Formats: sequence, structure tokens, C-alpha cells
Amino acid sequence: MLDRKLVRDLGRLWAQALAVALVMACGVMTLILALGATRALDDTRSAFYDRTRFGEIFASATRAPENLKSAILSINGVSAVATRVVKPVIIDIAGMAEPATGTLISIPDHGAPAVNQLYLRSGRLPEPGRTNETAIIEAFAEAHGFKPGDRFDVLINGKKRTLSITGITLSPEHVYAIGPGDMVPDQRRFGVMHMRRAALEGAFDMEGAFNDVALTLSRNADADEVMARLDIILEPYGGTGAYDRSDHPSDAFLDAELTQLRAMAQVIPPIFLFISAFLINMILTRLIALEREQIGLLKAVGYSNAAIAWHYAKMTLAISLVGVAIGAVAGTRLGRGMASLYGEFFSFPFLVFSQEPDLYVIATLVTFAAALAGAAKAIWSAVALPPAVAMRPPAPTGYRSLFGGPAGGFRLPVSQLTVMALRHLVRWPVRTALTTLGTALPVALLITSLFAFDSIDSMIDTVWFRADRQDATLTFAAERSEEAIRAVEKLPGVIAAEPFRSEAATLRNGHRSRRIQIIASDPVTDIGRVLDQDFGAIELPPKGMLLSERLANHLALSPGDQVEIELSDGQGRIAFAPLVGVTNSYVGLNAYMSRNALDRLSGQGVQISGARIIVDENMLDELYREIKQTPAIASVALQGVSRDKFRATVEENIGISITIYVSLALIITVGVIYNSARIQLSERARELASLRVFGFTNGEVSSVLLTELAVMVLLAQPLGWLIGRGFSELVAQGFESDLFRIPLIINPPTYAIASLVVLGAALVSALIVRRRIDRLDLIRVLKTRD
Amino acid sequence: MKLDSHEAATPVFDVRGLTKIYQTGEVEVRALNGVDLSLAAGEMAVLLGPSGSGKSTLLNIVGGLDRPTSGSVRFRGRELSGASDRELTAYRRDHVGFVFQFYNLIPSLTAWENVALITEVARQPMSPSEALALVGLEDRMSHFPAQMSGGEQQRVAIARAIAKRPEVLLCDEPTGALDSATGVIVLEALARVNEETGATTAIITHNAGIQQIAHRVFSFLDGRIASEVVNETRIPPSEVSW
Repeated sequence: MLDRKLVRDLGRLWAQALAVALVMACGVMTLILALGATRALDDTRSAFYDRTRFGEIFASATRAPENLKSAILSINGVSAVATRVVKPVIIDIAGMAEPATGTLISIPDHGAPAVNQLYLRSGRLPEPGRTNETAIIEAFAEAHGFKPGDRFDVLINGKKRTLSITGITLSPEHVYAIGPGDMVPDQRRFGVMHMRRAALEGAFDMEGAFNDVALTLSRNADADEVMARLDIILEPYGGTGAYDRSDHPSDAFLDAELTQLRAMAQVIPPIFLFISAFLINMILTRLIALEREQIGLLKAVGYSNAAIAWHYAKMTLAISLVGVAIGAVAGTRLGRGMASLYGEFFSFPFLVFSQEPDLYVIATLVTFAAALAGAAKAIWSAVALPPAVAMRPPAPTGYRSLFGGPAGGFRLPVSQLTVMALRHLVRWPVRTALTTLGTALPVALLITSLFAFDSIDSMIDTVWFRADRQDATLTFAAERSEEAIRAVEKLPGVIAAEPFRSEAATLRNGHRSRRIQIIASDPVTDIGRVLDQDFGAIELPPKGMLLSERLANHLALSPGDQVEIELSDGQGRIAFAPLVGVTNSYVGLNAYMSRNALDRLSGQGVQISGARIIVDENMLDELYREIKQTPAIASVALQGVSRDKFRATVEENIGISITIYVSLALIITVGVIYNSARIQLSERARELASLRVFGFTNGEVSSVLLTELAVMVLLAQPLGWLIGRGFSELVAQGFESDLFRIPLIINPPTYAIASLVVLGAALVSALIVRRRIDRLDLIRVLKTRD
Repeated sequence: MKLDSHEAATPVFDVRGLTKIYQTGEVEVRALNGVDLSLAAGEMAVLLGPSGSGKSTLLNIVGGLDRPTSGSVRFRGRELSGASDRELTAYRRDHVGFVFQFYNLIPSLTAWENVALITEVARQPMSPSEALALVGLEDRMSHFPAQMSGGEQQRVAIARAIAKRPEVLLCDEPTGALDSATGVIVLEALARVNEETGATTAIITHNAGIQQIAHRVFSFLDGRIASEVVNETRIPPSEVSW
């Protein structure tokens, strides 16, 4: 019999129950999505790394003899070593004006590499002995529609060579393949090509030598110790310092994505579960108040407390079940979408969105637990009700005389209708506070998703319009004399050119050290500029250096301190330079000096590594053609193209996430406000109908309800802004890595948009309930007690 | 009071052939079946009868809360039966005071505020304090309904009903939830208000003892007026026995 009542109750309360179920569904969906995606990425990554024996320690040198390999292998803890020749090249693709850049990586002449093996998608690896055969990574191949058998040109050591594609591969080093100067992958402009070792040794004059090494470790190896030993071995040969997987760009980007997903799993589902628990509490408390006499009757005829508790618990679970079902379906579908989105960015041989049953079991249990926690207090009040008391109407609700009083005393200059609304708010402070919080959270959620627009805009402005203002950066194959800048200026379409010198170095302060590139320019530059903490351009000091804030913090250095510098030129000389200032930068760890200072430090005279150029857009094609034929230019980064690609990629991703977050925010707002209004209406139906009887219009009567809601919704806005700012700060901190960071910028329109969305949803919810006021039964209400 | 012959000639309410049929499912309930009645200004009428006899239905239609199925209700010559929701709302607001069995006070407002609620939107109201004094509650003005007895709450309801100086005071079982001693106090308040404000007052009750305080008594049975009695001599509420 009780079950029949349950079904009818749910049928009657369907709109409220559905609103709660949808909020729960959001919790379940985000939980499944975040956990599922985390697992998918994590599992796929480790399976792929295992299968391809992805290296754990990496290092580069200028030219190291191959016989060092046995010395490296004998370092305690090293289990396998792959020495390689790795070289940047310019790729010339028919029909594509701008030059693409690429990396040539050697594989052993016979067999597979011991570390960083390739996963062959199609075709075969190059034949030993063939000097024009290459296997290319899948992303690059797909961007150009390359198949095994196709050909393209590269500039190897100044000579144009036509390479023939033998196979399409995936590589653990390039799951996230990013080209020079880029901040997001551009598959069209960056390619990775693997060739047999002998072919590359011949092409780059590297016979019996290597310039790159990757190694794996045995279990319990001390990675730091291995890196230190490796550095000692490679130092005489221009070693630029060993680093481990966490600093490997491809893995670092994957890790950043995983960190975000984990944060999402920890923050967002709990918000939804908390709100649904609160809504369940609100609905059930009211239902039990309305059914007080029925409960008394049931107890009087012999139903046990347990049976009554179970009845209401079942109702809670029934609502939760609907939420779990909707959430599970939505989460699974969205998860598949997310996995395919990852497929665009991360090159894995397979990426399956995890749909293991335990994921769904966890989501179900967590949701049930939250719902029952919300229901507990209300159910207890039903259990604790003695039958005799239950059969009598409840004692009238007492109020306190805030906001008013008789004539003569202090009174707010508001109507009694407003006083009614305000007293009701104050009468139930916990509920008012939770409803306000429940409305503030969607505002916060929106700000947290929208602020990325502001921050990325500011980042684009800073990086590409204030700091790196060049259209392109040319990097020479080897360091050149200052005369080279004249040659660059003569390239077609070049309007202005600025030389720079870049040297790998180790910076130290006591036991802290960091390997980075020192970038040296003229003291005052106009194209590539160094920014101070207020984003103003600063002059490079004649002596000493500038460090980006994060690097200065890593090294625990403040302006005035001495920086210990060791250039990675194999000379082993150590110099000191004062830290003159700290700069602002969103990308990488940066150290700057004036060219004079770096030239003095290196002791090799005036040399430049490349040039930043401003280009006449109309002459781009000619410039590109010239660059492709200039052997001295090893690599070219197109900042303008990078910027556009970055903006497009980020906007696409943010666009997707905003659609999701706006939907989530709308669901929460409607869930909270609709339920809150329904409960208010239920509690006050008698009062409001009485007002109608006394001749108040529908509009006046609604104002009582709407005033109360409006106060809570308005209070929720500043609260939501505060919480949103806090969440955004956490997100920005979570993003921060040595690779890049995003600034915390929230512009006023962002706050306004978040509020408008929530206010709009609140208004619609309230108006839906308001229509019920028009249908109040005036006569029935007069015949019954409250 | 004595009824003015002129006012008696133009009744406040003139009800002709009033019929109300409720359709509940397949059952047709004839709550009113051709009722004719007129009430004069300042008159105090008692509507007597068992549950379901139609007296509340009549009061609801006369009070602008419900519409008849057929027949006409005129208030000061204006037809109410075809009025829109908006017109009925304005009619209740401007002309009618209601008193109900369960008081219908707003629990979040004090006695004074419950009255002020109405006087704020009335045309020529008395002050809330004046209205409360009229029912003898000048000392309970800042009490909330939960802090008052049933009789006190009902007197607040009466003060609220009369504070706007209504032309009509409609009371549906005003003493129905009260013990006899408290009931007498409430009836005294009603009689006094009727005397002092001249509001046409209709009191529904199924307590026959109350009928002697009225000018006229209408007895209802099965949706019709079974009898109409004019009390030649009224007795004060303090002498009512039940």
C-alpha cells in the first residue's frame, strides 16, 4: 500500500523530483566524465609507454662519440640506452607556401631502438641502407594526406632532399607534438620523421657520433643520481643537461590535462551532490510536514517506524535512481565525445573511454549516499513524530518582529507584503543561506569557465602583442657573425630584423640549479621585448641578467643576488652575474641578457643565433620560398600563424566547455529556484490565497513570493563572484607549470554574464511557479486549517 | 439600530434566482437552487442551516469569491455574476470585509501589521490601532498570531475586516472554532462593529442560538431558503446561550 502511495506522490511531485534528479544527473555525469577520462588517458598512456619503452631520462649534446654509450649503460640504475641523431629541418611541401618545420630522429640501422620504439600504423620502417626513406608521425601524415609511397622535400644541411615515406608511425615522445614557437599542436606545420641512423650520420656529418640520448631505468634506480652521472659524461660534448619525463614536453602536456581532469573530478561533482542533497532535504521536509497526519495515522494503525523511514528513503532513492540513470547515459555519451576530442590532440594508437562497471557503481553509491544524507534529517523527523502528536496540527510558526513593528516604533519604509517576505527569509535562516549558496554556485561555476576567455585574451595580448611581436623567428643552423643580420634584412619582404643569441646554460644558486636557454638581444629592442612585472618593456642591462618570475623563484633568487652561470659549451667555465630584475612571462622559464654581456661571457666574440623579423604580408610567399632555399636557416617559427592557431584551438575548446558549463549552471539554478519557489508556495498557499480573498491582485500576491526569491538570488550574486574568483584562482594555479601559466584575469563583463545567465534562469523558474498563484483555490483554502 | 426606510428600499445586495451547480466527476451537486434574497444597508443577517445547505456558497458568491451558474447578484445595483476576475478582486478589496472560521491571519505579521496589511491598500481606512481598539485588543498590537488565543486571533481578523470601513462584512462561521465564552466576545465585537460602522453584516452559523442577535434570520436547507424570520426584538450577544 505504501508503495502505491510512493508512486502517486512521485507522480504528483514529478516536476520537483525531476529538477532534483537533473542536478544529481549533472553530478553523476561529471563524475563519470572526469573519472572515465582520467582513466582513459592514464591507462592508455602507461600502456603505450610500456609497449614502446618510452625513455625516463633524456639529454642532448652537441656531438658525442658513440663509444660513450657503454659508459652510459654502465651507470648504476640504467636499464637501456638509445643514442640518436636528432636534427631540426625545414620541410617544403608542395602546395603549402609557408615552410613547415620538422625533427629528424634516427633509429638504429638494424632492428628497433632499445628506448622510444615506434608504433607502426601502416607501411614499414625505412630499409637499412636507404638514405632517402623515412617513416613519419601520423598527425603530420593525416594533415597532409600522406600515405606510404608519397614523397616530400626537406632541407638537410642546406641541401634539398626528397624523402620517400615508407610508413606512418606513432611515437611516445610525440603524443603531444608541438613545433618551435607553437603553444598548441599544429599538425600541418610540424612533422617528426624517423630515418635510419646511417642516413642521418651521413647527412649531418655525425659519423660515429650522437647528439641525443634517451634511457630507461631499472626498478629502484635513483633518477637524480643517474641524471647527475649522465651530465658528467656528456658535459665535455656540449651536454645541455639531463631531464626526466616530467620535463618532457609531450608528457608534461598530458600530465597537465590529467591534473585538470582530476581537479574536475574533485571539485565539480561534489557541488552537484551537495546541492541535490539540500534539495532533497527541502522537498522531503515539506512533504513530511504536509503528511504529518497521514504519518500519525499510519503509526496508529501499526506501521513501524522502520517501515515509515524506509518509505521516505525509497522515495529519495527513486529520485536518485532517475538522476543516476540520466547522468550515466549523458556521462557515457559525453565521455565518448571527450575521448575523440583527445584523439585530435594526443596521438595514441588507441584511446578508449573507460566504461568499466565500477565507475558506474561508484557514481551510483556516491549519489545515493549524498541523497540519503540530505534526506536523513527529514526522515528522522517523521520517525520521531509520536502518533498522537502527529494527528494534531502542528503548532503555529512563531516569528520575530524584525523589519517592522507598530506605529510609533521603528519601521522599515516597506509594505506589509514585503515585511512578510523578509520575515519568512529570516525565519528559516539555514534554508535561506543554503538556497543563496545554491544559487551562488552556478554563478561561480560560470565565472570559472568564462574567465579563461579573459585570461587567454590577456595572455595573447601579452605574449604576441607586447613581448614576441615578430611575425617570424629564424634560427640559424650554426651561430653566425653579426653580418648575418644584414643578409636577413635583404630577404624579400623583411621590413625589420633584430638579432638574438641563444645559449644553453645551467643557472645555479647554491644547491638549486636549472638548465635553460639564455636569450640575448640588443639592450633596447622593438620587436622582441622583455616585460617587467607591469607588462612594460624593459631595457636589458649592460651587465647581469633578468629572470622570469617562476625561474627566479625556482632558484630562490631576488634582484641583487649573484647568479652562477655555466654555459653548456663544454668549456666548464663558471661565471657570475647579478640578477638585475624579475620579468613577467607566461611561457617557459626565461633568462635574458644583453648581447654584449653574453658575448663577453662566452668569450667567443660577437655571434648571433638567429633573427626576429617583421614581414610585409604581401610578400610572404616570396619570403617563404627564399627561406626554403636558404641552407643557413635551420628552423623558422611563424609567430603570427602560431597565434592564430592558438586562438582558434583555445576558443574551440573553451567553446565546448562553456556550452557544458552554461548547461550545468542552468540546471542548478532551475533546480534550486524552482524547488525553492514550489516549497514556499506550498508553505504559504493559505496565506497567499487569503491575500487574494482580501482583494490583493495576483501581481501583489506574487510579489511576496518573488521578493523573497529576489533577495536570495541577489545576495547570491556577490557571493557567487567571490566563490568564482576563488575557483578561478585554483584553476589558474592548477594550470601553472614550467611550460606555461595562465594569468588570473576576470573582466567585469564576465561577472555580468555569469550573473545574467543565472538571473535569467532564476526568473524563468520563478515565473513558472508564479503561474500557480493565478490558479490558487480561494474557497478551499478558507475551509481548512493550516 | 433602526433601519432607514430609504436605504431599505435600495438594498445593498439583491439576489435573484441564484443557482450554483458543482460538477465533481460525474456527480452534479446543486449547492444553490434558485435563491432570492436582499440585504439592506446596516442590516445584520444570520444565515442558518446544516452543512451543505448552501449558505457558504451564497456567501462566497456574494463576496465575489465564486460565480453563480445562473441567476443574478447585484451589489448596489451592479451585477456581480458576470464580473471579470480583476473586477471581483477590486470589489473585494474596496467593499467587502471577510471573517473566517480559522481566522486566516498572516502568521509572520503582528496583530497591528495584519490590520495594516489591509489599510495600506484601502481607500479611507481607519488606523490599525483604532480598528484593534474597536475589538478590545489595544494591548495586543505587537503580538504575533502564534502568541494569541483563538478568540484574540478572531478579533484581530474582525479588526482587519472592518479597518477599511467596508460596506459589507461577511462572516463564515466566525465562532466555529471557539468555545462559548470566547465566541460571545467575538459576537460582541461583531455587533459593536455593525452598530458603529453601519456595515451590512452577514453571519453564517449552524448554531441556532446566535440567530437572536440578528435583524433577520435566513434558514437554509438543500440549496434553498427554507424560512426567513424578522427578529422583532434582538438580544445582545452576552445573552446568547449555546
